[in-house]
Amino acid sequence: MPLRQSPIDNPQFSVSGLKAWYGKTLVLKGIEMQIPTGGVTAIIGPSGCGKSTFIRCLNRMHEIVPGARVEGSIVLEGQDINHPNVDPARLRRKVGMVFQKPNPFPTMTIRENVLAGLRLTKTSSKSNDAQIVERALRQAALWDEVKDELNKLGSGLSGGQQQRLCIARALAVDPDVILMDEPCSALDPIATARIEDLIHSLRENYTIVIVTHNMQQAARVSDRTAFFLMGELIEFNDTDSIFTKPTKQQTDEYITGKFG
Amino acid sequence: MPAQHTDRAFEEELRLLRDRLLLMAGRVEEMIDGAMRALVDRDSDIARQVIKQDAAVNGDEVAIDDQCWRILARRQPMGVDLRFLLQTHKMVGELERVGDLAVNIAERAIDLNAAEPLKPYHDIPKMGELVQSMVRDAIDALVNTDPQLANNVIDRDDEVDDLYDEIFADLLELMVADPQLVERGIHVQSVAKYLERMGDHAENMAEQVIFLVGGEDVRHIGYRKTSGGVG
Amino acid sequence: MYRTGVEKWEKAFIGLCLFAVLVPLAMLFVLLADVVMDGAGRLTWSFLTSLPSRKAELAGIKPALVGSIYLIGLTGAFAVPVGIGAAIYLEEYGGDNWLTRLIEVNIANLAGVPSIIYGLLGLEIFVRFANFGQSLMSGALTLALLILPIIIVASREALATVPNGLREGCYALGSTKWQAIRQVVVPMALPGMLTGSILAISRAIGETAPLIAIGALTYVTFLPDGPMSPFTALPIQIFNWVSRPQPEFVINAAAGIMVLMAILLMFNALAIYLRQKYQRRS
Repeated sequence: MPLRQSPIDNPQFSVSGLKAWYGKTLVLKGIEMQIPTGGVTAIIGPSGCGKSTFIRCLNRMHEIVPGARVEGSIVLEGQDINHPNVDPARLRRKVGMVFQKPNPFPTMTIRENVLAGLRLTKTSSKSNDAQIVERALRQAALWDEVKDELNKLGSGLSGGQQQRLCIARALAVDPDVILMDEPCSALDPIATARIEDLIHSLRENYTIVIVTHNMQQAARVSDRTAFFLMGELIEFNDTDSIFTKPTKQQTDEYITGKFG
Repeated sequence: MPAQHTDRAFEEELRLLRDRLLLMAGRVEEMIDGAMRALVDRDSDIARQVIKQDAAVNGDEVAIDDQCWRILARRQPMGVDLRFLLQTHKMVGELERVGDLAVNIAERAIDLNAAEPLKPYHDIPKMGELVQSMVRDAIDALVNTDPQLANNVIDRDDEVDDLYDEIFADLLELMVADPQLVERGIHVQSVAKYLERMGDHAENMAEQVIFLVGGEDVRHIGYRKTSGGVG
Repeated sequence: MYRTGVEKWEKAFIGLCLFAVLVPLAMLFVLLADVVMDGAGRLTWSFLTSLPSRKAELAGIKPALVGSIYLIGLTGAFAVPVGIGAAIYLEEYGGDNWLTRLIEVNIANLAGVPSIIYGLLGLEIFVRFANFGQSLMSGALTLALLILPIIIVASREALATVPNGLREGCYALGSTKWQAIRQVVVPMALPGMLTGSILAISRAIGETAPLIAIGALTYVTFLPDGPMSPFTALPIQIFNWVSRPQPEFVINAAAGIMVLMAILLMFNALAIYLRQKYQRRS
């Protein structure tokens, strides 16, 4: 039985009947979920539960993988993003993404990396490039560290700085939503704390959906937490409830470390 | 428990904590029992033993608290484990207070045993048994995660309060009739008061067990008698 | 705790491997030394700037050198864009179906076909069928065919080393596949593709058999004036001199080999330089 959630006001995403396949393997088995606008929604669950696949459906990155397929609807601003008329490239400018491994473009400088989204899609106007770069880097809490070396290669930064550069790059195209797929799993605790602090400052202006297999991280940064297990949404509630008194036995067993 | 923790060392740490809590509760029960026998059988040796036992209970409190902190720091428990640890941490405090009250009763028993017997304390032993069973059941409810038993403990506290009121009225009558009896009467009244407070502590523990099991906070909801200065 | 004697065998094996490395190196050195001793005295400026002659001491390699340079330039101009384009198609767009797998297998096989076969193919298609004659054009197209598989394989490898995360990074920013390939993937793979192309071209410089097969001239006393002009090339000139009975011409051949070797080494050095320069940033 899929978890039913009573309708909420002003959802960012209304997901219903979402099924996703890799080849013949069904990895999402009919997800019903309404992700509220604003704040941080964390998605937790064991490896292979479909949490990464789920957020990759939210910006249609899932379909890039050969043999991947999706069914069901994801409504964003009144429009089903899986509709054939929707241009995935335009959708992805609204719904940005930050990946597990920091992936700044190695041939580009820090400045070019921030502007990459605009340059790639030829929407850059050159005249306010400097403004965009500074604003995005400030938002990503990286400006003070790199303002004197904007013309150095982005790949010369530390792992944590690279990840913040990737966040700045996502912010520069002015999205509404930022999806984060285990953004700290390759970082040390200090770099992780910086990213988490950044997430706190971004939650005011963006809807953030973060996938993490670090439960403590989900507990620290999120307002709401969804627990996925074997392709199903088991429980979705405010983070305090999930981590102190979850209502489903599977959730409780997962967060207390009892796996089969 | 539906399933074991995948990390068996963690499972073992929690089991050890549970065992220690049970051991401490057993000691406190023994102290209540001893204090009552010291009073009813007029045996001051037993009373002195009870007073000595308090040191062990205090040691239990420190050791259990210490283990709670350690697990919190090292395991960052979530969900039911988090609630169990925090409740255990609070319950050892309550238990330790119950132990102190048993010591107080033992001290009064020594004073009373030095004087002429007042009259058979027929309601006091009954109250003692009741409180003892409440403490035992509150701990059992925690360890077995049994909210029904915890509810039962909360219900029994009303009986304890009623018994206290009866004893108080009896003693008042006695003391008004014969001023000679006032000193001993006050000692007996204090014993009853101590037992009544023990009941309150047991009730607090039971309420925490209900929170632990259901995740629902029943403290300070609806009516709750607030005799005794327990917070 | 104590040594068991096994490491003796390990040492023996390492020694054997070292020997296997040293033998060909030593032979190569002897060969080069022999060539240098024979040819060094003949390697003068006039040798580079003179036309061939029946008199060995007057003969030079000017037409061959210029022919080789034209030939290589044309070969590169044909083979590199086509090879890189094919690699991009196969690696980025081709997908995984029976057609692309068939193409892949064929390219791998083509890389192993003897060069004389390419020469015969060039003779049939370019010289006769397309009627380009025994021209620079025919030679360059034949050599381009010869090195195309090498360029494709090397370029595909370079593209395959571009982390998939970078492509996903582009898509996540709202770019199309083409925008991602043009602005991120190809710039990343370019050093590898160029290195592969240069090494392939340097192989073409030394090829003799296919040029002889298509009928490149062996005695040319003029410079090529366009792509349709007849031509000769360094390896052919060397081959020609070596087959002469007079020892003076064999000395000329040694000097020619030195020039050819110098050009090859320069190309290889350029490839190594490019690889070193761009290696650090990935």
